[in-house]
Amino acid sequence: MKIKILYLILFFNISICASSNEILNESQIHKNLRCLVCQGQSISDSNSEFAQTLKMVVKDLIKQGKTEDEIYNFLSDKYGDWILYKPKFNYENFLLWSFPYLVLVFGGFIIVFLIRKRQKKT
Amino acid sequence: MQNIIKLITVSLLVFILGIFYLSLNRSSNYDTKFLVGNKIADIELKSLQNEKFFTNDDFKNNKYTLINFWASWCAPCRVEHPYLMMLSKHQHLKILGINFKDKKINALKFLEELGDPYHYLAKDSFGKQSVNFGIYGIPESILIDNKFKILKKIIGPLNEKDLEEIKEIIKS
Repeated sequence: MKIKILYLILFFNISICASSNEILNESQIHKNLRCLVCQGQSISDSNSEFAQTLKMVVKDLIKQGKTEDEIYNFLSDKYGDWILYKPKFNYENFLLWSFPYLVLVFGGFIIVFLIRKRQKKT
Repeated sequence: MQNIIKLITVSLLVFILGIFYLSLNRSSNYDTKFLVGNKIADIELKSLQNEKFFTNDDFKNNKYTLINFWASWCAPCRVEHPYLMMLSKHQHLKILGINFKDKKINALKFLEELGDPYHYLAKDSFGKQSVNFGIYGIPESILIDNKFKILKKIIGPLNEKDLEEIKEIIKS
């Protein structure tokens, strides 16, 4: 009897974990999708027709077993990269992603140069 | 060494100003016209009138097909309707009307009142199919050829200019 109760508890725990995971993924995805007919809102923040439709589509895609990236790829094929708040890392966006690092390296280079110059003077 | 730093700083400044210049001169209006030239998603739509399903096979023999998303509750759809009626008389063009998030009774009443330009009448009750076509508002129309390639995408109601452009494309 005790073992049966243990199995039952384990089963419910697993199903609760699985469903909370799904809810988490879904809301995370909604937050990264731009509502194209709203002013600066994600579909998570919007109740527009478009946002509601997109939420249904995302739910269906998750049910079909699509991963987060597959969902983003599907939607950016249909609406362009503009629909994603976090742009994809590809050759078009290469500069966008790498520019802050280039500035960081360049800035570091200047700081080192200035410190060395000051040391030489002293 | 100082010259190199100056050169890099100036280059960076020119680069940043260039980005600003290009960005500020770019149209900030979003549209999905970049889909022109792409192949359309596989069609799988339920008929508005019966249990029939429309698939690509139903459209492959049409020289040109105009896919039009509409609804009886959509005011701009009324504005573009006369243009659809005109296009429906063209022999090289067939029109697929996709009734969007609408009630069947209202949709049929709309067509009874204003005329039925559609050779095929399908429904998208929940709007989910519209995402496959890159639709984000209605009315929207997509002109495709028999290879299912998008030739033109019209966002918003059709107007005189669109009518002439469509006629120009389908006359060939």
